[in-house]
Amino acid sequence: MRRFGTALAVLALAAATTACDGGGGEGGGGGGNTPGVTDTEILVGTHMPLTGPAAAGYSKIAPATKAYFAYVNANGGVHGRSITYKIMDDTYNPATTQQVVRELVLQDRVFAILNGLGTPTHTGVLDFLKTNRVPDLFVASGSRSWDQPDKYPGTFGFNVDYTVEGKILATHVKQSQSGRKVCFLGQDDDFGRDSLAGIEKVLGPVAAKQSYVTSNPNVGPQLGALKQAGCQVVMLATVPGFTALTLGTAAKIGFKPQFVASQVGADLTTLSKQLGPAARLTEGMISANYLPLSTDDADPWIQLFKRVNAQHNNNAEFDNNIVYGMSVGYLFTQTLQAAGRNLTREGLIAAVEKGGFQGPGFAPLRFSAEDHSGYGGQRLSRVQGGKQAYFGTVQETDDGDGPVRAYAAAPAVPPQNGIPAAP
Amino acid sequence: MSAGGGEDARSALRERVPPETPVTAPPRRPGNAWYLSGIAGAALLIVALTYLLPPFRTYQLATVGAYLCVTAGLTVLTGLNGQLSLGHGALMATGAYTVALLQQATAGRGPWTLPVSVAAAIVVTTAVGAVVGLAAARLRGPYLAGLTLAVAVVVPATTSTFDGTFNSDQGLSVVLDPPPGTIAVERWQAWLAWTGALVTMLALAVLVRGSFGLRMRAVRDDETAARLAGVSVARTQVLAFVVSAACAGLGGALFAVLAQSVSPGAFPLSLSLFLVMAIVIGGLGSLAGAVWGAVLLVALPALAHTVTEDIEVQRLEGNLPLALFGITLIAVMLAAPGGIASLRPLRHLRRAERERRAMRKT
Repeated sequence: MRRFGTALAVLALAAATTACDGGGGEGGGGGGNTPGVTDTEILVGTHMPLTGPAAAGYSKIAPATKAYFAYVNANGGVHGRSITYKIMDDTYNPATTQQVVRELVLQDRVFAILNGLGTPTHTGVLDFLKTNRVPDLFVASGSRSWDQPDKYPGTFGFNVDYTVEGKILATHVKQSQSGRKVCFLGQDDDFGRDSLAGIEKVLGPVAAKQSYVTSNPNVGPQLGALKQAGCQVVMLATVPGFTALTLGTAAKIGFKPQFVASQVGADLTTLSKQLGPAARLTEGMISANYLPLSTDDADPWIQLFKRVNAQHNNNAEFDNNIVYGMSVGYLFTQTLQAAGRNLTREGLIAAVEKGGFQGPGFAPLRFSAEDHSGYGGQRLSRVQGGKQAYFGTVQETDDGDGPVRAYAAAPAVPPQNGIPAAP
Repeated sequence: MSAGGGEDARSALRERVPPETPVTAPPRRPGNAWYLSGIAGAALLIVALTYLLPPFRTYQLATVGAYLCVTAGLTVLTGLNGQLSLGHGALMATGAYTVALLQQATAGRGPWTLPVSVAAAIVVTTAVGAVVGLAAARLRGPYLAGLTLAVAVVVPATTSTFDGTFNSDQGLSVVLDPPPGTIAVERWQAWLAWTGALVTMLALAVLVRGSFGLRMRAVRDDETAARLAGVSVARTQVLAFVVSAACAGLGGALFAVLAQSVSPGAFPLSLSLFLVMAIVIGGLGSLAGAVWGAVLLVALPALAHTVTEDIEVQRLEGNLPLALFGITLIAVMLAAPGGIASLRPLRHLRRAERERRAMRKT
């Protein structure tokens, strides 16, 4: 017992010494008492899978956002403040997300969490962020959970809802693949479930459905079952690593359905890298997106992002993940501009709810006090001749029973200096 | 010996008795009052710390408390009874999921639900521990390790097989009422976790000091001799496993309360291995070692995180804690085979005091 006492005393001493440096971030200097905001700096944080089963492709998103902020900072920042972006690796493990987000909020005292990635991971920190009144902006996932303004007033989505996406993809399948047997393979969480809900709203019950968990990188049994069921179209709600795994496994067992994949798992560069010499398996895959494709050199946004990528991102291999990350950075910069010089958490949320943002995306962003979902539409794309390209028009819909219809508004062009101006 | 074993716990696992120990020194037998005052002192210390530390450190302190429940129970099982379990992470998961499911079922019915859920988590885990323990009593050494390892592997698979109940990798959120009054969340969490930890420490200290502790040590040191002395080896082993499982269940339940969510990723196989490594580094066979183990379980990953952050190699992070644990294990085993708890920087002072006392008596 005496040594138990000694151990406790040493622990207390150690804790007390760390108490000094731990409290260092409090107060946030001279910029009032908003956490993470000083006269010269705004500190925001995120959680991303830099390692682990979902790291393929996704690990490039946060560095791209950071690179865009570096570009903004190099051009004077926002209202005289530079943006610091702290990236934490959560390995796509919900338990780790809990820890790293606590560290960001309680230890580093970030102003907001920006673009935290993953449906299963981010779901676990919603309540914690709400309790601590931390703005939770532009979550990198299309779960409908982010769009609950009454329950989570500070949480906003970025991606198209998986249900909206499911409806748009299923409408295409209904029109172009009519009479064929449609099946589904999805992640065994809200990502897969929301996606399936959208698909079944349009097509009715699918012929067969299978699910996978990221902690078990083997989809052999699932694809065997889908082949057995005679599926001709397989719709995927998969992260990139598992899209690649699915294409590879299907080829291995001689199963050749039409694959229709969710945007989050359909970046051609990432898939090609994962598949290596078998990259041609992506041929014919149908997907959708709401941002310009990385290969579209004529697009002014792509030109801007390529410039930023060369200057501030070590010229990383340019793909849709980088376009995505920089689009997030652009939108966040817009919201900071709109929130004004006197930056508070409430002011930021009010600015987002006021809405009216236009950026690289060509689908509508409908932020309001009642709507916290992200982009509301998509355009279909197809891999053909080793290139991913758009076809058809932009479609929009809601996550209820509303119809899927064309969205005609012209896309915005980037401002001259590439940085959104204050309204 | 910290938690009561007195001087009779000398074994191959512990440090050798210093030859200069005076034979006249009376065996130390602290009474229950001594324990109670020790626990009360520790409780005061924890409460004081929760007011001194910033929120994140308080949260880490709470995590140490939750780990302490588990490491203390595992120390009793492994250090005192000689049974190696690689499945305690799975037992924690059992407790954690029980709390999550019960809290969801009883959401909004008042603050009494949490103690009930935690108590139920202990009961359920104890039952699971009894089943594993019954099998464990028939197995020795590596076979027992293998069995418990299987338990640790099966649990995550269960969550995706019965995904309707356990929600696969995404896990469940733990519905909790906000803390009473204006108590900060992290402070409240630390109080809850350390209440559990101190109750566990007290109960285990009393238990291992009594005849049950004697029987356990007898079984550990020589089963045949213990049997000849009339000790039921199987019963002692099953009971040790059950006690240890109950502690793991409580620890897991507290984990669920701290994280406000449970998922299989929180209880991977590596957690079970970390737990064993932690109690070995801390000092096998003494409850003080369990305290060190619990501290290490929180401190080493945090240290790994700080290191990677400073040298900008975040992508190493996943594996670095494991490497750090390995290095610490090797270093501690070379420098102090009895673990951190066996280091006694104040040994000379203590011996002087003991001699003085002995002098006074004679």
